[in-house]
Amino acid sequence: MASAQEESDRPESGRSESGEPASGIPGTGTAEPDRAESDRPEPGRAEPGGAGTEGSGTGEAVPGRPEVQELTPRRLNAARGLGDRVFRYQLTATGIAVLAVMAGVGLFLLLRAGQALRARGFAFLTTAEWQPDVHNFGIAAVMTGTILIALVAVSISVPLAVGAALFISDVAPPGLRRTLVSMVDLMAAVPSVVYGLWGLFFFQQHVIGLSRWLSTWFGWIPLFQVDGAQPGEPLASESVYTASTFIAGIVVALMVAPIQCSVMREVFSQAPAGEREGAYALGATRWGMIRAVVLPYGKGGIIGGTMLGLGRALGETIAVYMIISPVFTIQLHILQTGSNSVSSLIALHYGDASTFGMSALMAAGLALFLLTLAVNFTASSVVARSRSGAQSEA
Amino acid sequence: MTVIEETSLSGVRDAAPAPADIAVEQARHAPEPLRPRRIGGVSRAGVLSLCGAAASGLCVTVLLFGQLAPFSGALGFTVTAYVVFLAIYAVLTGLDEDGQAVRDRVMTVVLWTAAALLFSGLFMVVGFTGWRGKEALPHANFFTEDMQASGPLDPLTHGGIAHAMLGTLTMIAIALAITVPLGLACAVYLNQIPGRFSRFVRTIVEAMTALPSIVAGLMVYATWILGLGMQKSGLAAGFAISVMMLPIVIRASDVVLRLVPGNLTEAAEALGAPRWRTVWHVVLPTARSGLATAVILGTARGIGETSPVLLTAGFTAALNADPTSGPMVSLPLAVFNFVKSPEPTMIARGFGAAAVLMALVLVLFVIARVIGGRGPGHQTKRQARRTARASRQDVRRFEDLHAPGLSLFESPGGPHPTGTALSAPATGETD
Repeated sequence: MASAQEESDRPESGRSESGEPASGIPGTGTAEPDRAESDRPEPGRAEPGGAGTEGSGTGEAVPGRPEVQELTPRRLNAARGLGDRVFRYQLTATGIAVLAVMAGVGLFLLLRAGQALRARGFAFLTTAEWQPDVHNFGIAAVMTGTILIALVAVSISVPLAVGAALFISDVAPPGLRRTLVSMVDLMAAVPSVVYGLWGLFFFQQHVIGLSRWLSTWFGWIPLFQVDGAQPGEPLASESVYTASTFIAGIVVALMVAPIQCSVMREVFSQAPAGEREGAYALGATRWGMIRAVVLPYGKGGIIGGTMLGLGRALGETIAVYMIISPVFTIQLHILQTGSNSVSSLIALHYGDASTFGMSALMAAGLALFLLTLAVNFTASSVVARSRSGAQSEA
Repeated sequence: MTVIEETSLSGVRDAAPAPADIAVEQARHAPEPLRPRRIGGVSRAGVLSLCGAAASGLCVTVLLFGQLAPFSGALGFTVTAYVVFLAIYAVLTGLDEDGQAVRDRVMTVVLWTAAALLFSGLFMVVGFTGWRGKEALPHANFFTEDMQASGPLDPLTHGGIAHAMLGTLTMIAIALAITVPLGLACAVYLNQIPGRFSRFVRTIVEAMTALPSIVAGLMVYATWILGLGMQKSGLAAGFAISVMMLPIVIRASDVVLRLVPGNLTEAAEALGAPRWRTVWHVVLPTARSGLATAVILGTARGIGETSPVLLTAGFTAALNADPTSGPMVSLPLAVFNFVKSPEPTMIARGFGAAAVLMALVLVLFVIARVIGGRGPGHQTKRQARRTARASRQDVRRFEDLHAPGLSLFESPGGPHPTGTALSAPATGETD
């Protein structure tokens, strides 16, 4: 990234300083990749400094010759025309506008949240109740719920997404691949309210058995414990298992898996064909090749895709809101009824909030915003640093 | 599915019959290179062991659930059957393959399962919505009436979702009017004016791609409704959807623009085109289909979002065509409100609205696939024909220009056009 400090101008300006055509092939040879790379920020490829020294080196050898006058490159200043200047200013203004909108999201949330944050201070992070009108509120419960739902979602969706991505990139019959890619993209575009409907009216009844089984056999793990469950009782009410973190997590998992899958598939399919065939040539089976070539190559994509899905899962509102029944205690039992999340808290309370209550909701929204931002930044830096990161679009 | 083909060694032995001891030596010491590996494809042994494993897995599970152990439940049955199937399949494959191949076969089955689970999830979600929506969809009034005069107890022959459909279209039109110019211009900016600032903008935009949609709604609520004192309206909802869609559209267009071949822009610049003409006449037309796909996929995301609309649009049961005043409702918001009611007819309406929403997303998606999906520079047949026609026209035009008798140029037969006074400055621009 650091190499591109001076390339804010037209690439031609870089070319004119980076070597005279008089030096023949080497000069233009270094200038060409310079120009080609200047549009995309890839680390450590084009080095204007190196090209410049080379140009000056050949420049010393050249001056004695008479034809140097003819070979001096013409100064190109086509970009300085009025049309182009206006064009540049307009584009830059657009960039600033977009940046302003994006910065505005955080700024206005911070502005609005200030009142509530000042009133509560540090207790905002540690209080579980949400009673803003008596100044007793905090995000301990909703944040725990948000993170638990997202963790359940990611731990279910990642194996599915990795498997499906490997299937599409390596196992599926080649004729089927394009269709499958389209279907994954379509799944990513299905509205979340549709997932919520499915989870509420169809999935919930069918997954209660699994919840009961998990709590019966693994109830000794605190996470799977269910208060009020009667494992031996066949006629016991199943309502203790409904509307839980677990069910919301599964529905969100189905929602984020396509996003993760499409990022991972993109990276897997870029694994170098030479290395794949090398593995086959050394006698690897397909799974051996996947383990030796595709998975190490796509590690950045797997991590990046996972984080991207985690970001989406943290911010999911409607599907979660429809499924969970909100509680304002720190609910660590994921199979038990009652959970909460920041976004469903906002959706639940925005309508009846006083001015101060609204400020409190904004503070909760700000916390969610910062959390997703941190997750996303981690994701993009992991992907950018990995081997496959230069090309992938994660 | 199979990796190793079952070929006998006889063919290899026949190939070198004379030094028989050497061939035997080879066959004994290095049997591996003589068996060509086949990647993919189906073999009889593979299919048979797969079927056998499936059948015995099923039988063992039936036995377990019915006779031996106190298990029950459809989900448990499926999972147990699957695990038993995998184990038996591994054993069957292990009878005549080595460990590598067994692992490969088993993992292949596991990958098929993962993909099948994911896609069956999609079919279930979409299919369930369509199936429950069929109650409300056959009524024509569902598409033409609003809910103003219909209560929760009214049958499905009263009321409909016309207001929500109109609201969705209005909001998405507002959002598109904002995001398309701004998003595409910003993507062009990121690509055409590289520098520290544009890299910063790109980083921010990428981080914002997964902006929680309710935060986008909150932002517009904080600025437009609380800050400027406006009322909840379709316009505010359009703004909220724009904030959410903008990073998605920019990101996707940025990726597409990056794929425009560099030699096309270089050719344009070499011909002396200023940068804005290069962008307008070369870069954008080349990437047109990809940009359309980016916009349409962003639209599909924007149409389906509930939470920004929930905070900014208010809710109404009446048809409201004016986005600047009064509450407006969109399809996802209508679904959300319908299914909050305990009445079965309202829930049926909710599913109907969800099915309409799904259909809308599906149509957008199909359009995106039809016009997009090709890389930049790849033309459809019609575009190729059009280009060829234009090219032929140019050839004719040049021939006309060079035709003898016109004073503009000399005839093409002449070695160097230096004759007329007019052509001299024209040929001077050689460098």
